[in-house]
Amino acid sequence: MTATKIENPIIQVDDLKFYYPGNARALHGINLSFPEKQVTALIGPSGCGKSTLIRCFNRMNDLIDSCRVEGEIFLEGENIYGRRTDIIELRRKVGMVFQKSNPFPKSIYENVIYGLRIAGEKDKKLFDERVESSLKAAALWDEVKDRLQESALGLSGGQMQRLCIARAIAVNPKVILMDEPCSALDPKSTARVEETIKELRNDYTIIIVTHNMQQAARVSDFTAFLFEGNLIEFGVTDQLFVKPQNKQTEDYITGRFG
Amino acid sequence: MAILMQHELDLLKRELLTLGAEVEGRVKQAVQALLTFDSKLAGQVRDGDAQIDNMEIELEEECLKILALHQPVATDLRFIVSVLKINNDLERVADFAVNIADRTLDLDVTHKIDCPYDIATMAKLVENMLKIALDSLVERDSELAHKTIQLDDDVDNMHRENFSRVKEAIRSDPASMDGLIYYLSISRYLERMGDLATNIAEDVIYHIDGEIIRHGGIQRFSAGE
Repeated sequence: MTATKIENPIIQVDDLKFYYPGNARALHGINLSFPEKQVTALIGPSGCGKSTLIRCFNRMNDLIDSCRVEGEIFLEGENIYGRRTDIIELRRKVGMVFQKSNPFPKSIYENVIYGLRIAGEKDKKLFDERVESSLKAAALWDEVKDRLQESALGLSGGQMQRLCIARAIAVNPKVILMDEPCSALDPKSTARVEETIKELRNDYTIIIVTHNMQQAARVSDFTAFLFEGNLIEFGVTDQLFVKPQNKQTEDYITGRFG
Repeated sequence: MAILMQHELDLLKRELLTLGAEVEGRVKQAVQALLTFDSKLAGQVRDGDAQIDNMEIELEEECLKILALHQPVATDLRFIVSVLKINNDLERVADFAVNIADRTLDLDVTHKIDCPYDIATMAKLVENMLKIALDSLVERDSELAHKTIQLDDDVDNMHRENFSRVKEAIRSDPASMDGLIYYLSISRYLERMGDLATNIAEDVIYHIDGEIIRHGGIQRFSAGE
């Protein structure tokens, strides 16, 4: 594996192995560190393990019966697979935005504060503040500020995706995971979401899975290339796309694969 | 997508090599016209430059098209960037061939005087540099490209030597000054062609190894310097 060394990572993955039911190993011992307040893109062909990997970071994979994890993942130095891990708290710290936007059938306002409400928060003033700041951070405020009580389902695809980003931000996470966040969006909405990702980098660590190589190149600071459950190369994005160190990476990003 | 782009890249490489071969031919013709005082051949070199200019523009458009449509990365991106630069360098080499042809025509109207240095040897060396630089592109051989760069020192030394000889010749025969200055210019054109062949070799190295070796690589300056 070709790697760039990261000092003081926010997430550190040590020899991570992941088994789906039936002992099917999807990750074969991943070692990878994610730099804080940077955007890291995970790229690789379908089935390479990139979604499996990010789903380990907020233990989304726990929802799959009889899957198994070996190795360790540290979030700010704490092993998230340790016995004392509070999964609700972990998912607050590590938010997630999915391929298909999934707003709740509620108002825009209620969508944003949903995480705060289920955490037991009742302070209306805090809600108002958090709605404004989160929507601003997700670059959606100007478009929806006059219709916060309208249903979120009336938004466009791109707006819904940015609402989901705002919802993730509202609970003040450390890390935001994004799994193909733009694959269902048109180029203009994609551009808005990408712009948002760039802005968010000032306050959050972002890990994005994408099939769109140009998107990885545009939005990320670091890129990791995975293939068949192994990390092949990790490095500074512009170097990886101009002069990859590994032949497999070169073949994949230039489309000469297989 | 990659297969479509590969087809375009292959075509681009063929077109660049065609331009390269054409430019090499112009240089040979210009030097031959000079050595044999063949003003007809010199005229042909001068008048044929528009064709090279057109080829350069077409190649550039081809590069821009591939960049816009295929958004190449890694080795493909480095290849396109190198082609853009080599294309430009080749066109300028052809311009110097035209300059040599022009001086040949100038020499024809002044009285024919002997050149105080060995044009043929210097021209051979420069032609060889161009040939090796283009071969290094064809063969994707960065060692060959490095060889081109080494040869440039010889060309530079020759030019310096020629400068001294022309100066001496002017001192001893001031009446032939016009013709001698033309010869000095020709030495300068050949020396510049050597520089351009060096640039081509550097771009080939960038394409193959991803290293920018121009100007000895990036210079780091500490504060206060």
